[in-house]
Amino acid sequence: MSVSYRVPGKGRLTQAKTARFTFDDQSYSGVAGDTLASALLANGVHLVGRSFKYHRPRGILSAGAEEPNALVGIHRDAARKTPNVRATVQELYDGLAAVSQNRWPSLSFDVGAVNDLASPFFSAGFYYKTFMWPKAAWKSLYEPKIREAAGLGVSPELPDPDHYAARFAHCEVLVLGGGAAGIAAALAAAETGVRVILADEQADFGGALRFESGSVIDGQNGWDWAQASVAKLAAMENVRVLSRTTAFGYYAQNFVGLVERVSDHMQAPHPDLPRERLWQVRAKRVVIATGAIERHMVFADNDRPGVMLASAARAYLNHYGVAVGRNVGVYTANDSAYAAAIDLKKAGVNIAAIVDLRDNPAGSIIDEARAMGIEIHGGRAVVRVGGKLRVTSMTVQPKNGGGERTIPVDAVLMSAGWTPSVHLFSQSRGKVAFNDEVKRFLPGTYAQDCVSAGACNGTDGLSACLDEAYAAGVKAAKDAGGKAAKSTKPKVEASESWSRGMLGAAPGAGPGTTVKAFVDFQNDVTAKDIRQAVHEGMRSIEHVKRFTTNGMATDQGKTSNMHGLAIAADELGKQIPEVGLTTFRAPYTPVTFGSIVGHARGKLFDPTRRTATHGWAERNGAVFEDVGQWKRAWYFPKSGEDIHASVNRECVTVRKTAGLFDASTLGKIEVVGPDAAKFMELLYTNPWEKLEVGRCRYGVMLREDGFIYDDGVVGRLAADRFHVTTTTGGAARVMNHMEDYLQTEFPHLNVWLTSISEQWAVIAVQGPKSRDIIAPLLEGIDISDAAMPHMSVREGKICGVPTRLFRMSFSGERGFEVNVPADYGEAVWEALWAEGQKHGACAYGTETMHVLRAEKGYIIVGQDTDGTVTPDDAALGWAVGKKKTDFVGIRGLKRPDLVAKGRKQLVGLKTKDPNVVLEEGAQIVADPKQPIPMKMLGHVTSSYWSENCGRSIALALVAGGQDRMGETLYVPMPDSTIEVEVTGLVFFDEKGEHLNG
Amino acid sequence: MAKAAVKKPASAPATALVECRPALAGREASGSNVKVSVLPPAERISLRAPEASVAALSRALGVTLPQKPKTSASKNGRTVLWLGPDEWFVIDEAGGNPLDDCTNAKALHSAVGVSHRNVAFAVSGAGAQATVSAGCPQDLSLDAFPVGACSRTVLGKSEILLYRPAADAFRVECWRSFSDYVFTFLTEAARDAAA
Amino acid sequence: MLLIHCPYCEEERPEIEFRNAGEAHIARPSDIASISDADFEKFFFIRDNTKGLVYERWRHVHGCARFFNAVRDSVSDKFVMTYKAGEPKPKKLPGAGK
Repeated sequence: MSVSYRVPGKGRLTQAKTARFTFDDQSYSGVAGDTLASALLANGVHLVGRSFKYHRPRGILSAGAEEPNALVGIHRDAARKTPNVRATVQELYDGLAAVSQNRWPSLSFDVGAVNDLASPFFSAGFYYKTFMWPKAAWKSLYEPKIREAAGLGVSPELPDPDHYAARFAHCEVLVLGGGAAGIAAALAAAETGVRVILADEQADFGGALRFESGSVIDGQNGWDWAQASVAKLAAMENVRVLSRTTAFGYYAQNFVGLVERVSDHMQAPHPDLPRERLWQVRAKRVVIATGAIERHMVFADNDRPGVMLASAARAYLNHYGVAVGRNVGVYTANDSAYAAAIDLKKAGVNIAAIVDLRDNPAGSIIDEARAMGIEIHGGRAVVRVGGKLRVTSMTVQPKNGGGERTIPVDAVLMSAGWTPSVHLFSQSRGKVAFNDEVKRFLPGTYAQDCVSAGACNGTDGLSACLDEAYAAGVKAAKDAGGKAAKSTKPKVEASESWSRGMLGAAPGAGPGTTVKAFVDFQNDVTAKDIRQAVHEGMRSIEHVKRFTTNGMATDQGKTSNMHGLAIAADELGKQIPEVGLTTFRAPYTPVTFGSIVGHARGKLFDPTRRTATHGWAERNGAVFEDVGQWKRAWYFPKSGEDIHASVNRECVTVRKTAGLFDASTLGKIEVVGPDAAKFMELLYTNPWEKLEVGRCRYGVMLREDGFIYDDGVVGRLAADRFHVTTTTGGAARVMNHMEDYLQTEFPHLNVWLTSISEQWAVIAVQGPKSRDIIAPLLEGIDISDAAMPHMSVREGKICGVPTRLFRMSFSGERGFEVNVPADYGEAVWEALWAEGQKHGACAYGTETMHVLRAEKGYIIVGQDTDGTVTPDDAALGWAVGKKKTDFVGIRGLKRPDLVAKGRKQLVGLKTKDPNVVLEEGAQIVADPKQPIPMKMLGHVTSSYWSENCGRSIALALVAGGQDRMGETLYVPMPDSTIEVEVTGLVFFDEKGEHLNG
Repeated sequence: MAKAAVKKPASAPATALVECRPALAGREASGSNVKVSVLPPAERISLRAPEASVAALSRALGVTLPQKPKTSASKNGRTVLWLGPDEWFVIDEAGGNPLDDCTNAKALHSAVGVSHRNVAFAVSGAGAQATVSAGCPQDLSLDAFPVGACSRTVLGKSEILLYRPAADAFRVECWRSFSDYVFTFLTEAARDAAA
Repeated sequence: MLLIHCPYCEEERPEIEFRNAGEAHIARPSDIASISDADFEKFFFIRDNTKGLVYERWRHVHGCARFFNAVRDSVSDKFVMTYKAGEPKPKKLPGAGK
């Protein structure tokens, strides 16, 4: 296995620094700076994968991010298995382990390759047509089987152990692409002092200078100039240089997403290093310098391992010091492949022949090749290649037909020309325009503050590219507020230049042929498939794309889109611009979920909100439930108790002695100002002007349509100060609702709102012993019934700390809610708990709170109401101030539908069998024997076992419910029908004597 | 943690018979170039007032209320942040009682004590800006967010108050129940602040 | 993520600090209790949902907390301008013909 294709003296890597790696468990050696692809090629390995649909053997097409073929799995450990990694992008590190994909049992012998033989059955649209009948088979048979067979690579089954960082960044000039043009633009912008970010997807900056051996800039070899320039930029305070960083998405107002691959190239990354870092960049100006991508030639079996892009072979030689073969053929339609042939020839590689589609290729580079003794066949085409796991020959024929000649080769380099990378420009909503002369789409109309420069703008030649990019950098900086700077434009002293080429199928793969001439390698789309799509009626390029899946793989058609378009246009008999280009969408290259998620995992997925007494509850065995982002104590089981036993005990204890409940999550708003009462009058249905200072009132808030929006107890602390409470879930939206009206409808009122939800910890002490528990800890508050009746509020001290003490009840028992500054919440709870223990009080959670309030028929907004319930519907008509002339919802309440008879109204339900507890949400009917679908009268909104009542209780919304008292209704369930009686809402202590009990 | 040096805030009355337990008290975390620490309790009020009351309230508080967006004013351990056109946030770390001070101002206003609503963090060091920028979308460069700048904004999925007391230091405040999230977020971000 | 100019903070701020609050310039009738069903329907339920320039309310909820108005293009998503709550519809829009 010691075959080496490394060429001594070539490339920029230090040969001494070796890195060992495995591919499909076979050990190989590469050198530091290699990509996996260059290291494999150095070992003579071209076969690296199997194709998606036909399982055809595939090699390495490119040397960059556009790679559609060489997709491998990288396995660091059991949890770190990354599928579909482009071998041309993955940098080598010592110990790297890669595996091929989409093959079984082995890469060289793959059973799935039978798909290739059966390919006549798998043509374009195969799935759509074949798996239509019988319909039922889709779910049970076809889809599971297709899913099993489809897809590349294997995703890891363990949670991702890596972490991902995120950063918002702001700059005046963002330069996308770090080739010669991008570097020039960045240099120009940076000199003005503005903030510049320069990003490139490669490990090293330089772009095409990586393979262009003929460029000289400012007296230096092009590559060396690039490295020196970037080093200079990196040293500037106003510049951030990001390598291994892909601009994957271009969004509104120059908001660009970049993913920086921080540690995928490292053997043993420091644990503090993220795997990737997401940069969300806001730039005043963007210079797009994304270069161009070489196209392949579309001919029979152009996917055989060893057939690759000419520029890639050149990069492997000039940068990595690797020859892609020993006897290489070239197939081209433009000049650039000649440079590759010349470089390889100089490195001692035999060039078997250059086959050029052009009739009489002419020019200095052609002369140079000819002078070196390279055989050039003009006006000819490669009509197919030989070999299966590796190309062995190419068959050449005059392009208009004639005698064939087969030339043995071990690699074929191809170039159909260069496609400007307009992806990011297009994502910015810029419109591309077709340049008919050079047959390419170029940036046309701009939609944002950005500019394209260099090869991506269709500019040919290094000198012209640098001039354009430098000017773009100067202008971008100036437009973004940069100062004029002394110009030091880089000077190009030697360069290479080429343009033109061809689009579409090459001779031998055109209309009427059925050969496998691949357009889209990754999705196995051939020229024939595209023609077939047109034959079957697809007219729009968007339909052709979806029917054939051309350009829809993870490579996003970087090499295939233009060929596919040209073939479709040809078949439709239309010009390319008439057929149109498909839309480029983010991401430019695949982006990991990890980088999008960033820090938002585990504890940081969503805030978990805890109250001040959370620790006490935890120490005392509370079981918690999630209420929005809050963790609330649900119930406090004693040893051996399940939820029912615990809740039953808590319910009974509260009514017999007392219980402590953490009500801190309720929303709280302080309404302050001389017009506070006026504002309250407008926002709540109740009257407030006459509420005395020190008294409380239960308030109902409506939306303008007349439906209940929120409720809560409000205390008047002073003539100009109210302490408003809201539901837990309504805290934020009620504040927003109140601010909305205050700021936009009633701005003349002198009143302000402040959220105090988290200022106060709230401890509800409920039950006949509640007063006895609180009293010993109070200072300055008389809590006798005479001094502090039900529904009043006092300020004073408890345990020596300030308190707002409410006498109120959500249980129906004598009750208090002790508000204390949050940092004292837990300690005051503990003091109350100690007092409570003397009386046999318990701690109770949200479940008991729910049962107790249901026993009293107190509603919970959002459970017993659903946004279509009026105060009358909820038996809260008494809370609507009849003399009021305005409040939010006053007009809504008068709408015909809201005053109509037969509305769903809240009532109580008692099951005929007291032991049956209804299911919340269950539907209610009058006649259970009626045919299905039955006429439903309403549904159960709350339902519990009430230990205090010794039976089940339920609340329900029932059509005309308040006129149905005593009626028997039915709740049909899957296994039985439950008989219920309509009752009032209050199940316990109907007279309300317990409030003062 | 400079426990001894901290003055007791006014909301910790001498009469308190029970322990004050601020959230996350004393917690801190470090990255290679940044430190995140939980600040001791302070007195805080939310102050709302029309323009006509600004002078009187400034006199009452002993600090001139800033009237330019995103600016603050600081004097004798008391910092006033502009949060909105009629809204200021007053932080007193010197043991004073701004709520009482406002009560003495006769001019129209609303002052509400929110000392316990918020938890404050100090993010300091060369990596402070990078740490906050992990979750805050605002431009925090010194040109856009100079020393003394302040704003209500977001950090990840939490709302925060952001104030820059020095070039390499930020004060981050959030509501009490979000403090665990915000502290964890800043701790995670601090790991990456060297980049 | 858009940048939105807050007329109170007097600068552009990132969209995630803001929240949309529906169509602007729909004033709550001062005599709302006595308006007709048809007028209430028009006021509360009917919205234009224009394709093109729309007048919207936004709130700088995670900033200065003020509600304000915006003119925006519902096709391109672009903000044309913003102005304070209570101010009338701008007579002339920036970029519009002279």
